[in-house]
Amino acid sequence: MTRLVRRYGREILLALILVGLVLAVGARAPVFLTPGSLNGVLTDTAILAMMALAQMVVILTRGIDLSVAANLALSGMVVALLSEQAPQLPVIATILIATAVGAWLGFLNGALVAFVGIPSIVVTLGTLAIYRGLVFVVSGGRWISSDKMAPNFLSFPHETLLGVSTLVWIAALVAVAMALFLGRTRTGRGLYAVGGNPVAARYCGIDLDRQQLLVFTLSGAVSGLCGYLWVARFGIAYTEIALGHELSVIAACVIGGVSIGGGIGTVTGTLLGALFLGVIVNALPVINVSPFWQMAISGAVILAAVVINARAEKRRGKLILPEARREAAGALS
Amino acid sequence: MLATGTASRAEGVTAGAAPLLALSGISKRFPGVRALHEANLTLRAGEVMALIGENGAGKSTIVKILTGLYRPDEGQILMEGRPVSFASPRDAWAAGVTAIHQETVMFDELSVAENVFMGHMPVGGGGLVDWSAMRARTHDLLLRLESDIHPDTPLKALGVAQKHLVEIARALSHDAGIVIMDEPTAALSAREIDDLFRIVAQLKSEDRAVLFISHKFEEIFRIADRWTCLRDGEQVGEGSIAEATPAELVRLMVGRSIDQVFPKRPVPIGDVALEVEGLSNATEFADISFTLRQGEILGLYGLVGAGRSEAMQCLFGLSRPTRGTVRVSGKAVSFTSPADAIAAGIAYVPEDRQMQGSVLPLGVRENTTLASLARHVRGGVLSRSSELADTQRLGRRLAVKAAHWDQRLQELSGGNQQKVVIAKWLATNPRILILDEPTKGIDVGSKVAVHDFMVELAGEGLAVILISSELPEVMSMSDRVLVLHEGRIVRAFEHGRMDAAAIVTAATGGA
Amino acid sequence: MSDAARYQVLDRAPTQWRDRLLRWETILLIVLSAVIVFNTLQSPYFLDLYNLSDTTQNFSEKAIVALGMALLILVREIDLSVAAIVALASLAIGFAARAGLAPAGLFAVGILVGLACGAFNGFLVTAFGLPSIVVTIGTMSLYRGIAHVALGDQAITGYPSPYTDLAQNFLIDWPPIYLAFVIFIALALCFGAVLHLTAWGRALYAIGNNPVAARFSGIRVDRIRFVLFAITGALAGLAGALLTARIGSTRPNIALGWELEIVTMVVLGGVSIAGGAGTVPGVVLAVFVLGLTTFGMTLLNVPGIVINVILGCLLIAAIAAPIVLRRAGAMRPRRGRRS
Repeated sequence: MTRLVRRYGREILLALILVGLVLAVGARAPVFLTPGSLNGVLTDTAILAMMALAQMVVILTRGIDLSVAANLALSGMVVALLSEQAPQLPVIATILIATAVGAWLGFLNGALVAFVGIPSIVVTLGTLAIYRGLVFVVSGGRWISSDKMAPNFLSFPHETLLGVSTLVWIAALVAVAMALFLGRTRTGRGLYAVGGNPVAARYCGIDLDRQQLLVFTLSGAVSGLCGYLWVARFGIAYTEIALGHELSVIAACVIGGVSIGGGIGTVTGTLLGALFLGVIVNALPVINVSPFWQMAISGAVILAAVVINARAEKRRGKLILPEARREAAGALS
Repeated sequence: MLATGTASRAEGVTAGAAPLLALSGISKRFPGVRALHEANLTLRAGEVMALIGENGAGKSTIVKILTGLYRPDEGQILMEGRPVSFASPRDAWAAGVTAIHQETVMFDELSVAENVFMGHMPVGGGGLVDWSAMRARTHDLLLRLESDIHPDTPLKALGVAQKHLVEIARALSHDAGIVIMDEPTAALSAREIDDLFRIVAQLKSEDRAVLFISHKFEEIFRIADRWTCLRDGEQVGEGSIAEATPAELVRLMVGRSIDQVFPKRPVPIGDVALEVEGLSNATEFADISFTLRQGEILGLYGLVGAGRSEAMQCLFGLSRPTRGTVRVSGKAVSFTSPADAIAAGIAYVPEDRQMQGSVLPLGVRENTTLASLARHVRGGVLSRSSELADTQRLGRRLAVKAAHWDQRLQELSGGNQQKVVIAKWLATNPRILILDEPTKGIDVGSKVAVHDFMVELAGEGLAVILISSELPEVMSMSDRVLVLHEGRIVRAFEHGRMDAAAIVTAATGGA
Repeated sequence: MSDAARYQVLDRAPTQWRDRLLRWETILLIVLSAVIVFNTLQSPYFLDLYNLSDTTQNFSEKAIVALGMALLILVREIDLSVAAIVALASLAIGFAARAGLAPAGLFAVGILVGLACGAFNGFLVTAFGLPSIVVTIGTMSLYRGIAHVALGDQAITGYPSPYTDLAQNFLIDWPPIYLAFVIFIALALCFGAVLHLTAWGRALYAIGNNPVAARFSGIRVDRIRFVLFAITGALAGLAGALLTARIGSTRPNIALGWELEIVTMVVLGGVSIAGGAGTVPGVVLAVFVLGLTTFGMTLLNVPGIVINVILGCLLIAAIAAPIVLRRAGAMRPRRGRRS
């Protein structure tokens, strides 16, 4: 038990704060705790959570993907236009196409990072502008509203199974897949190794270039999937959708304890980080706080989270003195 | 007896087949450095080959070529007579070569088991990592090393020696035919070294080949069957350990006799320059006390990770002590940053030349003046001619070899880089000079220059602290030697009363 | 020591024309000339002094912030909160204007608010050892969030004309020049002098190339980092004062997305995102390349968002080209040796 607390201390703390937050909001406005309202919170958070998980994978390997929101908008626009042209297209095909478009855009990022050797922040800063601009180009600046999209295209994310929306189920599926990938595959564990010590990872025979390609493609694929889900959920596609969303995604990671220096981050933590932001967004109107507070609060939460994480990670000296070593061994075993 | 027995068996193998592994005519160049030149090496099954040579002789380059991290510019790698090429560490593993690296290859945030199996974790059904098998196998490997470290322990909770055991377990996890050990004992205690040697003997009995790299002759003569010596990237000899003597090997390694290498001269010892009393911090060192006089060279000896650098870095203002006092020329001081220490007349030449000592992409001049920039400001602006004057004066005095004074440091050889780093510190006109492994990884010529210079400076009244892991260097150069073990000074030796065996015993925690 | 006497070390690097030609600033100068020639051929309105002067209004404020950002990126830091600082400074100026402050006072308020915001960034980064990209994503949200809380969906308008005239009218009539552009050029000269001529500037290069070695050499790395954040904040505050005067209103979404445009200016200017390399002239040239490209395309009626696509491609191509060229250059001799 104590072992569990030590190992997952950050996640447990975050979960407790989150539960406390939900209960506090519920105490002021009991309507917040109804199943419908909670499903709403989860549905609202699902896309952010998926994108945060993908972003975490990139950050684990010491990269960053700023182009995710632009990728989402472009992939979403592509499938919206497709739905307009071919309303009979089955949803599964739409999902696959959106994911493939996103994956391709992510692959381009990865190729520029891995093969040309440009830092990921510069590459994705550039592709952020390019992908966003391409949304305008492919749509001619039009707004594709819900009446131009096929009914099954629009209804899919809203359908419910066991009282929970499809959107949440998809996010859950992505989270489980990600947990398996990161925790139980060689490649997944290799990502932590590269982030923690890239030189040593090379000694262990890990191909860093291939890994960069993989994580950016993965990040793009999830953005593409979320592009469809976003457009279908809100029933509209236009150039500016999810503008600036990349920063919320990174914020969710940071709140969830992902280290921007690489090598540290868990699926649970990131999910909690995304939920934290989701609860705040949904709770403010319920307790009659102006939604204009949302941004300032999430900024303060990000800062609090990084400062707390930094204090927990406070670089200790080497363990040379025998007494210091005994103490550390006692504290961690 | 063991050695002769193995040798005869090895000969038997030779008669039947080509050596397990042979390097022939291997050359490797880096910008400004010739790391290896037509080097040869043969490894036979059931035999321990000692690779000896000074720092910078090319031993680590050979290790990196054998493990697929570097590809040779010229030459061939032969496995049982067939040419092979290792494009990546994976190729080397596949061919059955594994290594305990000198720099520990470690992931602090991951568990011991993951560190052992990173890159080749056992997978079960559905391609998922089989954690229970991984734990069990890690447990078995550590048991072989007589260690009770739990496989789930996060690596960051381990001390230096324990981490090294994990590193050894990692190499053994490959079940390879050829095991390379690059200074495997540097951080180990006497008991752990015994365990390691037991494993080496076991590997031999299993007909595996071991390439053993060490500076400690005592170890080489204890477990090796044959030796190969490198000097300046070339193979200068090989033979059987049974027919060799330490003196002969040292002569081959150094290429000249010991007396010429260490030019220590007695100089008049002056006033007290530095008094340190009870210097301690939380986890790295405790109760460090000594006095240092002008003209004196004080040696600090200990195993890698004994806390020597940490204590000196604290003295230099890079970290804050939890306890203790420091007096410079009788005046109590407390430094919040190296800038304060420099102002008080202390200079520290760090061990890690590339990461801590120099700014490689900048030029010789920019590096030389970096710690004394304020001296070159004229009317708020840096004077290039003033900088150049200092650079020329110190560069010539230290015989820095460069094409021009603005040449980037990364284009110079290791020895010349080190000279520039020392020049940078002399430019601050220090009264106390701390040298942390000043000759590690530099060529013999530069090494002699550094030693000469150390003596010259002491003669001018500088107080010098020399941290060195090379016993001959620290014994010959120092007026006094302090030995550290696990963060504490355990013994002091005066000049003339130094005994190599006693120093090593003290450093490894013996009585 | 006789060795040294025999050995001749030159005082400075021998001049190599190939190296000079391949310098980033030279390449930018060529690109800039190409942009000017192309646009002049495309539109008769391009080489019009008044049009050119008007176009400086579109980039001068960002360019001012880019000077501070260049120094931050040079020492391996970044400030993504600059646009939010512009918003917060503009908000403070709005309140100060309502209280009846004179134009000089409004500028002072803007700069001081920016300085405070920048100092807070610097404090968080240096005191806790946090990565600046995370800290400034947080403060970006916080600063702009405060503007949202204070303004809601309202705007502050009705700034006094003595204040707005400063930015909207020419500072001098001939040649027609705006205040923001003059400030940019003056600051560029100052920043260039400090970076390239002083000990402080040398310290920045040392930190950017190897912060550990810089610290070991007695450079007070954290203090310098803190000062750079504060300076960049103050520049953002100044830009906020100029922008508010120019558009005559404050809205919470003022200067939205500027941080990425500013970073693009700096990176295109040859400042390495990995730190340690870059010059002020390079950044100034990049500002002109970006500004004039945008202006030329506007004259051709290219929509703003499509211009962004082109600028994004320009950014990636500019960074990729020298890497690819260097790699191609490194390949050639190796091939030669083998044959």
